[in-house]
Amino acid sequence: MKLGRVMGSVVCTRKDPSFEGVTLLLVQPLDEQKKPVGDMIAACDTVQAGPGDLVFFEGGREAAMALPNAFNPSDASVLGIVDDIGVQA
Amino acid sequence: MILGRVMGNVVSTHKHEGYQGCTMLVVQPVDPEGKPAGKTFLAVDRAQAGTGDLVLVNDEGNSARMILGDSKAPIRTVIVGIVDAVERD
Repeated sequence: MKLGRVMGSVVCTRKDPSFEGVTLLLVQPLDEQKKPVGDMIAACDTVQAGPGDLVFFEGGREAAMALPNAFNPSDASVLGIVDDIGVQA
Repeated sequence: MILGRVMGNVVSTHKHEGYQGCTMLVVQPVDPEGKPAGKTFLAVDRAQAGTGDLVLVNDEGNSARMILGDSKAPIRTVIVGIVDAVERD
């Protein structure tokens, strides 16, 4: 499970039928200091996250399980909006 | 499972129902000597770990669901123990 920030959305009209009704977000993974780490990814939204929101997302089969139609090819899904993280330096 | 050091906590009120009631912590993977070894990640806490604790983290879906007893929760990364000591021969 990783921290990320929603940078935008991915509009996709022709897609796998199991993604019907699923919003796709552009997410930048972050480290514990909220600094970008790694490349941006497209992730399915399950919590109506908006642009700029700090979120957490999960990969693997759990990403697919979180969607209405659990049999789908998602490998990353936003599962929560993070209010804050408290980390000692 | 991997060794990690708890760096802090994550506050998230708006999240997937599978995560309701779950405490989430920020974990830094460490090597057996305790030195940082890899990127930080988030994990659901099942061992009442606190910041600074050396912990055992399970990062595999099936075991996570067995631990959580709820096969629908999209949770994969779970803190399953607090490590007292690591002894190498």
